[in-house]
Amino acid sequence: MITIRIPPTLRTETEGASTVEANGETVRDLLDDLSGRFPALRERIYAEGELARFVNVYVEGEDVRTRQGLETRVREGGTVILLPAMAGGC
Amino acid sequence: MSTTRRVREITAEEARRGEALLVDVRNDEEWKVGHIPGALHVPMSQLETRLPELVPDRSRPIVTYCAVGARSFRVLPTIDALGYEDSVSMTGGIVAWRELGFPVESDSRLDEEKRERYSRHLLIPEVGEDGQARLLETSILLIGAGGLGSPAALYLAAAGVGRIGIVDDDVVDASNLQRQVLHSTAGLGERKARSAKRALEELNPDVDVVTYEERLTSENVDRILSEGWDLVVDGADNFPTRYLLNDASVWHDVPVVHGSIFRFEGQVTVFKPHDGPCYRCLFPQPPPPELAPSCAEGGVLGVLPGVIGSLQANEALKLALGIGEPAIGRLLLFDALSARLDEVRVRRDPGCPVCGDEPTIMEYVDYVEFCSG
Repeated sequence: MITIRIPPTLRTETEGASTVEANGETVRDLLDDLSGRFPALRERIYAEGELARFVNVYVEGEDVRTRQGLETRVREGGTVILLPAMAGGC
Repeated sequence: MSTTRRVREITAEEARRGEALLVDVRNDEEWKVGHIPGALHVPMSQLETRLPELVPDRSRPIVTYCAVGARSFRVLPTIDALGYEDSVSMTGGIVAWRELGFPVESDSRLDEEKRERYSRHLLIPEVGEDGQARLLETSILLIGAGGLGSPAALYLAAAGVGRIGIVDDDVVDASNLQRQVLHSTAGLGERKARSAKRALEELNPDVDVVTYEERLTSENVDRILSEGWDLVVDGADNFPTRYLLNDASVWHDVPVVHGSIFRFEGQVTVFKPHDGPCYRCLFPQPPPPELAPSCAEGGVLGVLPGVIGSLQANEALKLALGIGEPAIGRLLLFDALSARLDEVRVRRDPGCPVCGDEPTIMEYVDYVEFCSG
């Protein structure tokens, strides 16, 4: 089981949950698992089958784009962070 | 040698009238703050090694002094043991000397008022007098005098940052006062830059506050950034301004302390052009508008900008002082609800269109269009 942190702007898609659990060996597996349960989330973070450029995904504190992208492996019991930019300074 | 009992203390008046050599036995820091003109400085721990070398004539009359006369009296046996024939202590020390209005000379880079105001900084070895003098010569530009800009500006002004610039074209609205602690009810309807200037100058008259009652745009950013700012604190409330500031800061080579907030969560990092990533390396593209609600749309816990803006002030002070480990290449994620501070790595992207090895964006673009998706 892996914990995924959901940013405030994507919580409508996860029924308000700030963290969700998912199973899988890679980031792609996890997001597929999540998408099954929260189809609206998939719409938000994917663009043409790939991760949308405005969403960062961190595994063990590292941006998966600097690793193997969606094929980056995840560790059982680890944490994955989904993070789009926030503009607010207000 | 005389066998009569020596009078081992004299008053400050007597010391001033006499011809004896005044020896200040206090530590370096005390000497720097203020000492008697013409006195010789030999800290008490160095008397045995340095006094014979500096004053070879053992018959020369010596008057020792310290802050209030205790230490200078205690060292007399040490001086006797070195063979000096005539040494006395000035009673009441330099405090009594000052009270009589006698002259005091200072090596300090800070005047007495500043030493008092910044005394808690001066006590920290990492800041000290040199660091404080450096802060007083530092210029920091704040983009926005809102939620993040408020605490950042207040702490930077209190810390004695000598010049603070504020770019904000907005006016103080009642809905701002739940978190924008720089402004107050009396300032409703006033330009935020002006309200901020007043508050900061009341807090610390050492600070020169420069206001720009305008919105940061491609047209004014070069003019504003070229006015000598050492670093920028970004508390903007929209994506176009953040991307514009990013590009400009890379081209002007000025570090940006970035902060952003939404509801209960905030992010902080430092973008130091060429040493670390830039905002575009972190977020190459802004989210579509429906995924990027502002605080005006989504709300924000009042204290959250207090936390994040203060973290930004902390980073700014570290950069200005050249101490600690600035959050370059590290994005700090704060969640007020869980009271958790996480950190993720941000790497410079060699393919970044602005700070990368072969940049493709060389001039300002239409940022509103870029951010509209």
